[in-house]
Amino acid sequence: MNIKTSIPELPKRSQREVSPDVPPRFTISKLNFYYGAKQALFDVSLEVATNHVTALIGPSGCGKSTFLRTLNRLQETLRHTRTEGEVLLDGQDIFTMDVVALRRRVGMVFQRPNPFPKSIYENVAYGLRINGWKGSLADAVEHSLRRAALWDEVKDQLHKSAYALSGGQQQRLCIARALAVDPEVLLLDEPCSALDPITTAKIEELLFQLKESCTIVIVTHNMQQAARTSDFTAFLLDGRLIEFNPTSQLFTTPADPRTEAYITGRFG
Amino acid sequence: MNLRVIWRKSLSIVMLSLTGACALLAVSLLLFILGYLAYHGGKDLSWNFFTKLPAPVGETGGGMANAIVGSAKLLLLASLFGVPVGFLGGVYLAEFGGRTFSFIVRYVTDLLNGVPSIVIGIFAYAVAVLPVHHFSTLAGGFALGVMMIPIAVRSTEEFLRGVPRSLREAAMALGASKWKTVATVVIPAAFRGILTGLLLDLARVAGETAPLLFTAFGNRFWSPGWNQPTASLPVMIYTYAIAPYDDWHRQAWAAGLVLLGLVLVANIGARLILVRGTSFQRT
Amino acid sequence: MATLPSAIQRVASPWAPRALLRRLRNGDEIAHLVTLIFASFIVLLTCLIVYQLWINSLLSREQFGWHFLFTRIWDPVFEHFGALPFVYGTLVTSVLALVLAVPLGIGAAIFLAELAPPRISDSLAFVIDLLAAVPSVIYGLLGVFILVPILRTTVEPGLRSAFGFLPLFKGPAYGVGFLAGGVVLAIMIVPFIISVSREVLLAVPRDQREAALALGATHWESTWRVVVPFAKSGIMGSVFLALARALGETMAVTMVIGNDPKISSSLFAPGYTIAAVIANEFTEATGDLYLHALVELGLVLFLITFILNGLARLLILATTQRGAVPE
Repeated sequence: MNIKTSIPELPKRSQREVSPDVPPRFTISKLNFYYGAKQALFDVSLEVATNHVTALIGPSGCGKSTFLRTLNRLQETLRHTRTEGEVLLDGQDIFTMDVVALRRRVGMVFQRPNPFPKSIYENVAYGLRINGWKGSLADAVEHSLRRAALWDEVKDQLHKSAYALSGGQQQRLCIARALAVDPEVLLLDEPCSALDPITTAKIEELLFQLKESCTIVIVTHNMQQAARTSDFTAFLLDGRLIEFNPTSQLFTTPADPRTEAYITGRFG
Repeated sequence: MNLRVIWRKSLSIVMLSLTGACALLAVSLLLFILGYLAYHGGKDLSWNFFTKLPAPVGETGGGMANAIVGSAKLLLLASLFGVPVGFLGGVYLAEFGGRTFSFIVRYVTDLLNGVPSIVIGIFAYAVAVLPVHHFSTLAGGFALGVMMIPIAVRSTEEFLRGVPRSLREAAMALGASKWKTVATVVIPAAFRGILTGLLLDLARVAGETAPLLFTAFGNRFWSPGWNQPTASLPVMIYTYAIAPYDDWHRQAWAAGLVLLGLVLVANIGARLILVRGTSFQRT
Repeated sequence: MATLPSAIQRVASPWAPRALLRRLRNGDEIAHLVTLIFASFIVLLTCLIVYQLWINSLLSREQFGWHFLFTRIWDPVFEHFGALPFVYGTLVTSVLALVLAVPLGIGAAIFLAELAPPRISDSLAFVIDLLAAVPSVIYGLLGVFILVPILRTTVEPGLRSAFGFLPLFKGPAYGVGFLAGGVVLAIMIVPFIISVSREVLLAVPRDQREAALALGATHWESTWRVVVPFAKSGIMGSVFLALARALGETMAVTMVIGNDPKISSSLFAPGYTIAAVIANEFTEATGDLYLHALVELGLVLFLITFILNGLARLLILATTQRGAVPE
């Protein structure tokens, strides 16, 4: 696999190594998360490299979605939850940051496509509208739809309901919606789990293009997907971070026996 | 033994048929009411009914134009008062409420729903008639508005709760604050349902008579402005039905047909809006 | 894998003062506050209703005390007020309505929930809902012009010749009276009993039915011995709701009850109910005491329906929750 990257000082994927000079976009230290009395994350610490794809893998219920949703503080909107620890976005503490500003900078795509019951156009324009976008809406919408590789399919039906689209198109619409506000980070929570293989391939391809301008964190329970799309992979088990390494290394020479057990399919 | 099985089976058939007869009876009641009103009221329904004032006592003819306008004015006032309170109360329960206070609000709302309409009438009399010493459209609208609140609250809450969490999360993930999420995504998604609920609510109070008897009172003439007693369709039906004049009875039937027609059209319309599909996908 | 050493404990509670400030800026707290005010207003309004009923019945409560409920004289001229005839009329018509409506309503609900195919059941339930939406003054209209003549000319003489030995069915047939009030009320509350009972019956878990059928019960036996008992408290709830409506129903009863404050053992005799006397005399109440006596009647009505509604909610809640909890 050869992947081109437009930013020369970043390590080529073929180097299969994390260069120390990659600036971290997210620095997470000792993150603990509780649902009531039940602890879901235990002292998770890792760094998310700028303009790379970081994958989170692990068996279901291991806390990978919880972790992802803490990064844009969506998880704390659930009742009876508690977060401890530190998450820095470009060195800024996200818990003291204005939550609205944080979420504008950190976009998210969900497991199932969840377009609003509005037109395609309005879906993409939504984030721009609520964030007080001053420029041309139409241009921004077109740009986002192009980035999500959906423009050609929907350009003649922008004002139709988003629900008229197929599942895969809806998911790409959701990606376009997230991209419209030009986030620095894109969080994807198992974005392909409800989609067919062909659409999945399209979205994976999209990730390669997006990471030129965007830091991507993807949760997946599909190890092939993690191996194909990501530069770094974190393996979580029962709310603990077991291993975090460059993807190639984690999948070929895992450092932890539990990682090896998981990737060779001995559990989960 | 065999006889016992036959007995049990026959009993089953007989009793189940009886339940069917009960259902049939209940349903045919509606058809009967509709048919009778259409037959009896239809005969005397004329253009005059909609355009003329009531004729002076003793003369025949005339119509109920003032009652129709009066009812419309009362319902407008009732909506202006009841819909905002009920809607925002429902938004509170569905989106912002804590546990204990929400429980109290819900319980009190249910109780308010059970308060007999005549008691609401007394309340409106004490609050809106007694201090100013005269009956008025305002007082009647207030009474009907109070009656609208409980259903508006509960239907708003129910339909807002039906909006999937994934839609809220999508909006929040884009940087929408809670109230923006509610205002721009949740409420629009539930809009159709909420509208249906409010329509049913309005249809229900449109037929209310008791709370109007000593608030809006009645009037045989036009009621200019909002500060004077006004006629309304339900009160007209009541007054005309218990009066000893044949001509009035005929007009009561016609008014009954109009009122029932409006109420049923609103009910069926609301149902159609809802059946045409919820406005969000269930995933 | 690099980590930072700092591990500041942070509770990201929305109630932290900093968070509060932030939410205020986003408008969240304002929206919360505005909706809270409206929600509180509903509670306040209900309290205000009780308060108004209480202060506006002061004179009557001071003058008559508890005797108010047990005195059978209602004489506006000499300002002597007792509620007994109205309480009696309200109870008799409501009980009569229940006697007629409960079997009919539960029977129809059983048919809709147990026998009818879902699509037919749904459309019939819709018709029943329409029946519940018919304004009470329309029922009154039909009562005055159809029911009362039929009762006077056919039903009451018939009942008298068949059961005339009972005091219930003695006396001249007026048409208007307790019987007419009871029948009109029955027709009005049947839709409520049907639609609530149907919901409760539908909430009974499938396995309850299947268990009974697997034991060789007939369809009726599984329904009557298993499903209905399971839903019993919910059905009771629907009956209480219906009773509360019957007690408070005004217009239809006022039009057919005869409006005579007498206590008669005969169902054919004219009577009076609490709601009807308020409707008829409120605007004519001249003295303060008269008005206060009428408001006190309203207070009595409010308290009765308040208690019944509370009970009904609890019963319905109990059943639907029982059905929802997997065994």
